[in-house]
Amino acid sequence: MKFKSNWKWAVAAIVIFAAAAGTGCKKKGPDPFPASGAIAGWEKTSETRTYAAKDLYQYIDGDAEQYLSAGVVSTSTSDYKYQGQLEATVDVHMMASADGARKILETGTKDAKPIQLGDAGFAYTQSIIFRKGTMLVRIVAYESTPDTPQALLALARGVEAKL
Amino acid sequence: MKSRREFLKSAATGAVLLGTQSKLGLAGMLDQHAETGKSKVVVARDASLHGSSVSTGTQPDVKRVFDLLDRAITAYTGDTDALKAWKSLVPQDKVIGLKVNGLGGGGISTHGVLAKAVAVRLQQAGVKPGNILMWDRGARDLRACGLAINTDPGSFRCFGNDVSGYEDQYESWGKVRMRLSKILTRECGMVINLPILKDHTMAGVTFAMKNMYGVIDRPQDLHGNNCNPAIADLNCFPTIRAKVRLIIGDAFSSVYEGGPAFHPEHIWYPNALIVGEDCVAVDHTAWQMIARKRAEAGMPTLEEAGRPPHYIATAADQAHKLGTNDPARIHLMEV
Repeated sequence: MKFKSNWKWAVAAIVIFAAAAGTGCKKKGPDPFPASGAIAGWEKTSETRTYAAKDLYQYIDGDAEQYLSAGVVSTSTSDYKYQGQLEATVDVHMMASADGARKILETGTKDAKPIQLGDAGFAYTQSIIFRKGTMLVRIVAYESTPDTPQALLALARGVEAKL
Repeated sequence: MKSRREFLKSAATGAVLLGTQSKLGLAGMLDQHAETGKSKVVVARDASLHGSSVSTGTQPDVKRVFDLLDRAITAYTGDTDALKAWKSLVPQDKVIGLKVNGLGGGGISTHGVLAKAVAVRLQQAGVKPGNILMWDRGARDLRACGLAINTDPGSFRCFGNDVSGYEDQYESWGKVRMRLSKILTRECGMVINLPILKDHTMAGVTFAMKNMYGVIDRPQDLHGNNCNPAIADLNCFPTIRAKVRLIIGDAFSSVYEGGPAFHPEHIWYPNALIVGEDCVAVDHTAWQMIARKRAEAGMPTLEEAGRPPHYIATAADQAHKLGTNDPARIHLMEV
């Protein structure tokens, strides 16, 4: 009787251990999205949504093609608000290689200003794009205010620090 | 012999033109077009739509949107009274779908204020509020347009394909085989297309015909070869051809490079509405607007950029016969 009871406990322990080990194997990448308040004035206003490459069209439809051809693995996105007014969206594209990130970054940066961010980056008045390793980050604000460039740069630095 | 108005009403049920291959669709049959033999396209502008000092993020003035819409619709029908014009364009006893486009997110989507203005005018023209349905792919797209989800038939309805789902049966034309949104197939008796004018990294230009990618289950499969002939083929689907009767195109703001995503560095404000029934003539007109803006900005043509909107010519060819892209056959009216 006692043997039977111990046997049940042993099976339960193995199942729990296996489940825990299985979870541990699924290594999650770093969360690049700063929490509300982590960057002065910025509040995270949405849940992070993540799209696998095959589902990226659901988010950006035809725009997905250029990311797919550059080897995107997944894209995560979240919305932010600065001082309760300025809305922005942060897109973090995980590429299969740093070359893929470089390829996208170097598309259409004619009027942009180079900035020191990650491995390379560019800033417009209302958007910032930079790459760090295999990650490509694009931050876009929906309004042009005097505070927009500096606020975006602060948010971009916050994201970069978490990559 | 049916009057023009009676014809429009019956056509809106989808029964009259279902499966037809008329050269200019409904537009070619209207009295006004019969007089000139041309497809009429109205471009209505208001330079002060966004106020005197426009900057990115500025929303159009609501009253001016209503005024611009009234001006565009009356110019289009030739009526002096806006409600009379609306009554001549839509059946009062059918569900009217307003297909917006929220793909570009908060920065460059069909303006909710335009969709609501159209809805208000439809209601004033005798359409029950619950029979007016604003729709797109999903809730996220509708929110991007500034619209709130509502399934209560007591007021204007607003929901996406994510709620309705898609038909089990496939529909096909040419090389395209897709399942259609049940909003299009089952809910709507007539659809008014409310696209937003944008450059498009694959198609070259996205406006009226490209907006139909939002009524199918797998738009991602239709982007090869600059979306040609996929866009033209899709718009030949009998259900789309029969039900999408009118285009009220949003060119309040636009992106002339980098679309369909929002690129604030390439936004501009045409402050215009483009109205017509001939989707090819409307898209040709829209393309010319983008082309002029790109030239003004010193950018290469879409052809030089490797994404000419050849699908417009395909849509006009003898196989598709969706309308005309011949400037000599387009009656362009700027008001």
